[in-house]
Amino acid sequence: MTRRVGWTLAGAIPLAFLGVFFAWPVATLVARGFFPEGTFTLDGFAQVFAEPRTWRVITTTLAQAAAGTVVAVLLGVPGAWVLYRTRFPGRWLVRVVVTVPFVLPSVVVGVAFKSLVISTGPLGHLGLDQSFAIIVASLVFFNYALVVRTVGALWASLDPRTEQAASVLGASPVRVFLTVTLRALAPAIFSAAALVFLFCASAYGVVMVLGGAGYGTIETEIWFLTSQLLDLTGAAALSIVQLVVVGASLIVANRLQASQARSQRLRTDASNETPWSLRRDALPTAVTAVVVVGLLLFPISTLVQRSLTTASGLGLDHYRNLATTGGGTLSVPVWDAVGNSLRTATAATVLALVLGLLVSLVVSRSPRHELGRRGLGLLDAAFMLPLGVSAVTVGFGFLITLNRPPLDLRSSMILVPIAQAIVALPLVVRVLLPVLRAIDPRLREAAAVLGAPPGKVLRDVDLAFAARGLGLATGFAFATSLGEFGATSFLARPDEPTLPVVVFRLIGRPGLENQGMGMAAAVLLAVGCALVMGLAERMRPKEATTW
Amino acid sequence: MVNEAGVGQRELGLGVDDVVVRYRVSGNDERYSTPSKRPLVTWVPPKRPSAGQERTITAVDGVSLHVAPGEVVALLGASGSGKSSLLRAIAGLEPLAAGRITWDGRDLAGTPTHKRNFGMMFQEPALFPSLSVGKNVAYGLHRTPRAQRGAVVARFLELVDLAGHENRKIHELSGGQAQRVALARALAPEPRLLLLDEPLSALDRGLREHLVGVLGEVLRRTRTTAVHVTHDQDEAFALADRVAILAEGRLLQYDTPDALWRRPASVEVATFLGHDTFLTQADAEAFGLGELAADSILALGPESLSLDPDGVRVAVREQRARRGYVAVTVVLPSGQPAQLRVPEMIEGDTISVRTDADSVAVVG
Repeated sequence: MTRRVGWTLAGAIPLAFLGVFFAWPVATLVARGFFPEGTFTLDGFAQVFAEPRTWRVITTTLAQAAAGTVVAVLLGVPGAWVLYRTRFPGRWLVRVVVTVPFVLPSVVVGVAFKSLVISTGPLGHLGLDQSFAIIVASLVFFNYALVVRTVGALWASLDPRTEQAASVLGASPVRVFLTVTLRALAPAIFSAAALVFLFCASAYGVVMVLGGAGYGTIETEIWFLTSQLLDLTGAAALSIVQLVVVGASLIVANRLQASQARSQRLRTDASNETPWSLRRDALPTAVTAVVVVGLLLFPISTLVQRSLTTASGLGLDHYRNLATTGGGTLSVPVWDAVGNSLRTATAATVLALVLGLLVSLVVSRSPRHELGRRGLGLLDAAFMLPLGVSAVTVGFGFLITLNRPPLDLRSSMILVPIAQAIVALPLVVRVLLPVLRAIDPRLREAAAVLGAPPGKVLRDVDLAFAARGLGLATGFAFATSLGEFGATSFLARPDEPTLPVVVFRLIGRPGLENQGMGMAAAVLLAVGCALVMGLAERMRPKEATTW
Repeated sequence: MVNEAGVGQRELGLGVDDVVVRYRVSGNDERYSTPSKRPLVTWVPPKRPSAGQERTITAVDGVSLHVAPGEVVALLGASGSGKSSLLRAIAGLEPLAAGRITWDGRDLAGTPTHKRNFGMMFQEPALFPSLSVGKNVAYGLHRTPRAQRGAVVARFLELVDLAGHENRKIHELSGGQAQRVALARALAPEPRLLLLDEPLSALDRGLREHLVGVLGEVLRRTRTTAVHVTHDQDEAFALADRVAILAEGRLLQYDTPDALWRRPASVEVATFLGHDTFLTQADAEAFGLGELAADSILALGPESLSLDPDGVRVAVREQRARRGYVAVTVVLPSGQPAQLRVPEMIEGDTISVRTDADSVAVVG
């Protein structure tokens, strides 16, 4: 009986946190759209949807997400083949290069692509600044790794005998690929595509940096309506549209993920890798080489190079300037912002880990009663919700709910880490839960039979296993919090900005000095996140799924 | 047959009174499916149960038996007979839907698993992967003073022929070694009852036969009271003082191996044990066994018939070579087939066989 009380309490604490800092703000936001003056009305919606600009924004968002998804999948499938089915020297390095963009903060990616297309950049003469094409390119940059890793992981574990059976029956390699391989890969391709669509549709940082005043997506429009026009009803209406888009793609992604888990049962132990061969692999290798060099390395190297370019040639001037406020552009020196970032990210990580561990422990129970099982299913789903609600919505929701009694937190710095923890929480649960679910229940039973009371079983079995996922979870949470821009841009106080906020502010100002300094700060942020994620990946437990 | 001790008398040892165990399972719950050959890597995490597929299964349906101190009892049955569920209920890992489990006459209903002082071995070793071999064996020794634990661990590792393996890592062990460590771990706290849930079934045949020997000797030397679940008749008969035969959650018979073999309580038990030819009046007369009583059934097992030049002449239908003998199917006078074992292939279409009252099983 006391055990059940204990578990209920362990579930109730994170649930209360989620309720106050996620459900309440988002629900208030939704209500604001339907009840602008306290009575139910669709006037707010009617007004918003009567605007041609709204439809343009929605169209742009969907077109941008669709284009980003199609290109990422078309480029990612050949990449998955080259990196997961062929063997060649230096493959590990290419795999690392491919993975890095996925962990870079969105602001950094935006700045890197900005450095390509500004008038003085290497592609400046093409006039791509603030264009649809450059934004799609940056979204592909971001999500290429997701496709390669999701599809590659399945491809590497496909049973090769099915393909062999097809070719023994006389099918040409192309026919084998189209009729057997592609069909087997379909769950991975579609689940990756659904996630890429989700990330592209809710992209905020890159669009804010790369898009100009004329360019707007649902996310940036919410920001624009809130902070520039103070049109909260319109912003709420758009947030609801965004909830629908993102929620739908998340549901699709989850469904496909489940079907992938089923098809992965076919896994064989034999390695599917074959040595690289020129005749067979020339085309996919060429595609992948172009992507890796042209799409991945080019923007990053340009960013680094431009951060080192001063008026008088190469130098570290921009990095030295990080100790200043950029001639008054910023309220604090960049190094102070770094300190703010580290402090908030640490607080957010601790919060996300404690809550994530509680949630994972509770959800990994297998209660005997159906009611309990259903409850756990709901709890599990509840903590995935923040993944499906854009960070901007969270930030905006905080802004309109937590600024008055009973909870007036706006003036305190605590809101930023809380919002970041909400964003990081699903990632922590996604790492820890598979590890805990993979525990053979007989281990707990063996410990109990040997005389271990429930608390000791929890410590010696559950926590001992969870510890293996803790490194990766910490890294995920810390890197996510460090680079978080969507919610933070709403919530950070002007005198206590975080590093991504500072980068955004610097890059938006004219002048070589400001831009160079912004790029130096972006490099700093990128190196920080890449280091954290690199360390975390080394501690990845084998049970953790690809995303 | 169930309880020899009288009512009201305090029975020493384990008592199982009218126990019922029910599961609510969803269609895709794979947690306790039959083990595969490769124990450490093939366990599949349970999927989230989906609604609407739940049903209730009565795994143990009113079983009563008693295990005296020092006795080794085998629960024998096909898969799905409820033997593992009964064992898990004894350990306190499954709640009882009805009935009681007692130790020395005291109901264990309020005693959680970790306070029962029972030991258990699972189908798979279930060793703690983060602990060394020695720490695994020491896990249950929290009542032993810290200073003596090392000696106890060494003693029990020696008992299972793994002396000096204290610092080995779990993943370095072979399947047989891992299961022996699990045995040492289960025995080290000197449990008042050892529960064995098909601990050998995931091992290959040669290793299994070897470990049956190890297990039997260890149980005898430590004088451990044990309940051993198995589907392997040879294993049950080799290890157990008494065997309980279960089918579909019910206890069919609970007796010594010899009594089971000679006097199976029902046709079902006889068939299960391989006494699957039931003599008709014509057969009994031909073999000189006399008049069959109306309610008595005589069953022939694989060893009941033997070659005898003066015996009954029967037709040979089929013969197949086995390891060390030839299995011959003959046609009895009544026309039904029966089996016997002979040392070598038979030439000719007929042989003479006999049987007698000592060789047949009397059912009922």
